[in-house]
Amino acid sequence: MKMTKWIDPLFKAGTGALAWLFVALSALLLMILVEAALPSIRAFGWSFLWTSHWDAVRDQFGALPIIYGTLVSALVALLIAVPLSLGIALYLAELGPLWIREPLNMLIELLAAIPSVIYGLWGLLVLVPLLRDSVEPFLAKYFGFLPFFQGPAYGVGMLAAGIILSIMIIPTISSISREVFTTVSNSQKEGALALGATRWEMVRMAILPASRTGVLGAVLLGLGRALGETMAVTMVIGNRPDISLSLFNPSYTMAALIANEFTEATTPIHTSALMEVGLVLLAITLLLNVFARMLVMSMTRKTGSKKS
Amino acid sequence: MSNLGRKIISQTMIWGALACAMIAIVPLISILAYVVSQGIGSINWEFFTHLPKPVGEDGGGMANAIVGTLVLVALSCVWAVPVGVFGGVYLAEYGDGKAASIIRFTADVLTGVPSIVIGLFAYVILVLPMKSFSALSGALALGFMLIPTVLRTTEEMVRLVPMTLREAALALGISRFRATLNIVIATAKSGILTGILLSVARIAGETAPLLFTAFGNRVWSHDAFEPIAALPLQIFVYAISPFDDWHRQAWAGALVLIVLVMSLTIVSRLWTKRTYQVH
Repeated sequence: MKMTKWIDPLFKAGTGALAWLFVALSALLLMILVEAALPSIRAFGWSFLWTSHWDAVRDQFGALPIIYGTLVSALVALLIAVPLSLGIALYLAELGPLWIREPLNMLIELLAAIPSVIYGLWGLLVLVPLLRDSVEPFLAKYFGFLPFFQGPAYGVGMLAAGIILSIMIIPTISSISREVFTTVSNSQKEGALALGATRWEMVRMAILPASRTGVLGAVLLGLGRALGETMAVTMVIGNRPDISLSLFNPSYTMAALIANEFTEATTPIHTSALMEVGLVLLAITLLLNVFARMLVMSMTRKTGSKKS
Repeated sequence: MSNLGRKIISQTMIWGALACAMIAIVPLISILAYVVSQGIGSINWEFFTHLPKPVGEDGGGMANAIVGTLVLVALSCVWAVPVGVFGGVYLAEYGDGKAASIIRFTADVLTGVPSIVIGLFAYVILVLPMKSFSALSGALALGFMLIPTVLRTTEEMVRLVPMTLREAALALGISRFRATLNIVIATAKSGILTGILLSVARIAGETAPLLFTAFGNRVWSHDAFEPIAALPLQIFVYAISPFDDWHRQAWAGALVLIVLVMSLTIVSRLWTKRTYQVH
């Protein structure tokens, strides 16, 4: 009987300490990156973000082309992944026959289970040759008047990275959107159908307007994943810090830059510059995630209370 | 006519949505097909028992990388699973206040942090002071990535345990500690385990955070303070090499990795389904 007196508070304190340890580590992560990036921040200031000369030999570091490559590759990925994911999510939540939904969902989720390095391997040895020999010549021939499809077809480059990334973020966007779609209240859907709407009109008039916020959150979470993805992109993007409108051109992303140069960085300022790249990447993904989570949460919480 | 038109549009859109799903499944099938067909040829006894051979020499295996991945995963679990599970229990049992929502929020946000950034963190914390790449620093990075998912799934699973069970236990006069450990956690056990398996499947395939922590190793490593090989790292090195021999090895490594990861994922998914049906 005596034991219960101290063991319960101890248990609460012990488990609480572990939970807070995790929070402390996360805070430490942020602090450590800032500290490690400080020499570079002091040396280059804001010009780090706006100049485009990344030269490890002369210790000159401007990350603009790398930031550009990160944003554009993620944007290309979104352009491909968002329409596909929304179609998938609608089919799984609303349009498809019930018996097909569960197995189809499982297959889409398997996409999320494939390790990044295997996407890279497949991208490098299967997708890149396909792009180089068929897709890019085709695009150049018929759409070559657009600035996006000009120049030599290397295979590796922005287009390859965008495609790989789009495949990788489809499960993220589609599963969250699906969740958001299913939270639209049944009375809304039934109301639309009762008024004589077809299935698609019901989706357009009842489901889509009600889930705009949540879908935006899903897209932003997908964007966050695309920005931070490392291995697959490193393997197919060509790793050259150029700014070019053409999607055929090799490019570079922040994560790929860190992956390639970090162990080879010899001067302290080079290491620090890479740390600053990591810090910028962390800051962008953190902001995106916080914002996106709040959007998704505001959606699911609202309807969660309605259901019960 | 206009009604027919509307029906046709509706049906077209439904087929369009199905087409989206089919398009997404093409790469899945292609990846699996390539990994199996290209990898299976190099899978043999030697692959699991031998060290990698230099370029040009036939054969060789990934024994050290396979063991390395298992060691890294085990080391990560040793520290991260207790943090995640007990942290999750804390959130479910005591976490109704504002402070606890900070923990939840941190966990949710941390799942979105790029893995390579976590590698940088482990590098500064462990590699720099120890002046050596090491299995330990790799396990710090991987474990850190494991915690958020384990924490949140544990919390969810523990919350699913009916309040009446707790009350019945407490009414019998046992301590909250005993009730939580022997009744609540025991009831939520399979759900918690599912969460752990899923997160392990995710970190087992991680490469980026290992690049400058575990670093990779061509030979066996003998203690946790040395660089250690890992399957994903080895696949990466072989894949970006220009040698056909090494590409074949990369495919074989990918096959082993994918079988490991997929079976963990599928087992845990089927498991969740069963647990949910029981409830």
